[in-house]
Amino acid sequence: MLRLEARQKTPAWLNLTLPLVAIAVTLILCSGLILMAGAGVLDAYGVMFKASLGDSYAITETLVRAAPMIFTGLAVTLAFRAKFWNIGAEGQLLAGAMASCFVGAIPMPGPLAMLLMAVAGAAAGAAVALIPALLRVRLKVDDVVSSLLLNSVVFYILMALIEGPWKDPFSGYPISPPIEDSANLPVLIEGTRLHLGVLVAVLAAPLVWLLMARTVLGFRIRVTGENPEAARYGGIDVQRVIVVAALLSGALAGLAGVGEVGGVHFQVMSDISPGYGYSGIVIAMLARLNPLGVVPVAIFLAAVMTGAEAMSRATGVPAFLSDVIQGTALLAMLVALLFTAYRVRRSA
Amino acid sequence: MSAVLEQVFQVGFLAAIIRIGTPLAFATLGEMFSERAGVLNLGIEGIMLLAAMAGFTGAYFSGSLWIGVLAAIAVGALMGALHALFTVVLGLSQHVCGIGVTLFASGLAYFLYRLVFGQQSVPPSIKGFEPVPIPVLSDIPILGPAVFNQFTLVYMAILAVPIAAFILYRTPWGLSVRMVGENPRAADSAGVSVVSTRFQAVVLGGSLMGLAGAFLVMAQFNAFTFGVVSGRGWVAIALVVFGRWDPWRSAGAALLFAFVDALQLRLQAAGLGHIPYEAFLMLPFVLTIVAMAFMSRNAVAPSALLKPFRREER
Repeated sequence: MLRLEARQKTPAWLNLTLPLVAIAVTLILCSGLILMAGAGVLDAYGVMFKASLGDSYAITETLVRAAPMIFTGLAVTLAFRAKFWNIGAEGQLLAGAMASCFVGAIPMPGPLAMLLMAVAGAAAGAAVALIPALLRVRLKVDDVVSSLLLNSVVFYILMALIEGPWKDPFSGYPISPPIEDSANLPVLIEGTRLHLGVLVAVLAAPLVWLLMARTVLGFRIRVTGENPEAARYGGIDVQRVIVVAALLSGALAGLAGVGEVGGVHFQVMSDISPGYGYSGIVIAMLARLNPLGVVPVAIFLAAVMTGAEAMSRATGVPAFLSDVIQGTALLAMLVALLFTAYRVRRSA
Repeated sequence: MSAVLEQVFQVGFLAAIIRIGTPLAFATLGEMFSERAGVLNLGIEGIMLLAAMAGFTGAYFSGSLWIGVLAAIAVGALMGALHALFTVVLGLSQHVCGIGVTLFASGLAYFLYRLVFGQQSVPPSIKGFEPVPIPVLSDIPILGPAVFNQFTLVYMAILAVPIAAFILYRTPWGLSVRMVGENPRAADSAGVSVVSTRFQAVVLGGSLMGLAGAFLVMAQFNAFTFGVVSGRGWVAIALVVFGRWDPWRSAGAALLFAFVDALQLRLQAAGLGHIPYEAFLMLPFVLTIVAMAFMSRNAVAPSALLKPFRREER
């Protein structure tokens, strides 16, 4: 008989290999779908890889796509570390997008506009995340459901704005007017869409890591998440830490929206986020809640999304394969995580 | 105001409430069973979508709507089983698994739909269910044509509410479900298998979510589109909380939201949209969050919700 036995400690090599194993399992499982679509597995994955990481332009496109996912991945990582279950990164991203679009439409010098857009977007995201955090610490309301439901609330606020007072009079579609040209985030490499926000996203990861690993606040967040009783006993104001973690998490998710408005779309529309907030959960889990791991995982998922469209054109496999890969990767990773807590033993 | 009232007291309006409320009632009852057993199922949004896809495809190719309905129920149950495998058998965190199931199931639904039907300028449609008038009852003025001249699935939803209440409150299995949702440790001591009871409840819930998906593609839209579910699963999550995890109240909440939604559609159609329609659609979410704040002191939620049960851990 085989049985599961609780581990005392997780070996270091497992931490690194588990995400790779989960991704490998995912790609193997999803190859069944490629075969169903009548294409060659290596063909399809090959096109996907080439179109997303095969040349320098493709790499910049993948990085542009990865930027919001790095932010939401970091947002979820930080929140989950404090065991504040923020499922609301999607809504916080939308709030950040709206706030930055509002600020970006005001004429002012470019650098000031960009700075204020970032501040406004982060503040808006933080404000949305504050609601479930306060409800939890003050009234013991479950944060999973309240943060999830707020996604829909923020989405409908966005819809009401772009179909109402914000509707661009020059366009028949429900989209906001564009932000000022001077507020567009500068492009880093001529001829690509690689904008300043991507660099900020990549730099944000080590900053969040530093915060978590090397500061008192980070220590408090980790202890609060791992053992709230001990934290309380050690004189940490657990409720305060949860609120601070929620604010930081919401701000990071809000910045994802800022980057999309300032660097990619330059306006707000209903489909400005194809679920980047939910992708953040996938990324955070695959990264094992390590901020440094968020960047490669986000780039991987972004590559899958960017490559899927080219794969669809070349092989006829529907591009929705990328959505299946995201979901499967999350589930595979969750199962893989069992092996960090348990090991399989032969019992007598 | 009188123009508003004029819109409300019409057979068509009452019928619209019933039709909008039906899929919500199925989905809400499904989520309720799952949560009463202690398992939050955030997979609902994706499960409804995949079941809708399966139902539509089944009906399209078999030519029988009921085969479509069965396909949707089967897929709903299967996805419920998947969620239960992760959260109940393996004891993984419910909210993260639920998001995983939703991402997986909705991705799969879109993928398979595109694979089967390709990219068509006009999406394929089916001839949906016809209303089946109930003799005598459908002759009652106003109420008759609105409530008793409906699809069979509507009657099933109406019957599902008392049946769900009976199962939950009056059967041994229902008692087990409530026990494993409130105090799994005690249930285990009393000889109730926590794992199998929870598993069954989540699968039952999944099949009800499947019925909700079936209604959308076979009675409401008669086609599968990418926005066919569009947040109705999240609405159901809210309604379960708003309905305090009770079948009657949850179904009532579904009806209430259906009323708001139908009203919003009417006002828009009548050109009376001073208030943006999004304000109405936002209502169930806002009201639920407010309700959660008020309810928190009375602890009405199942106590073991979101808590995995591992027998060997104390």
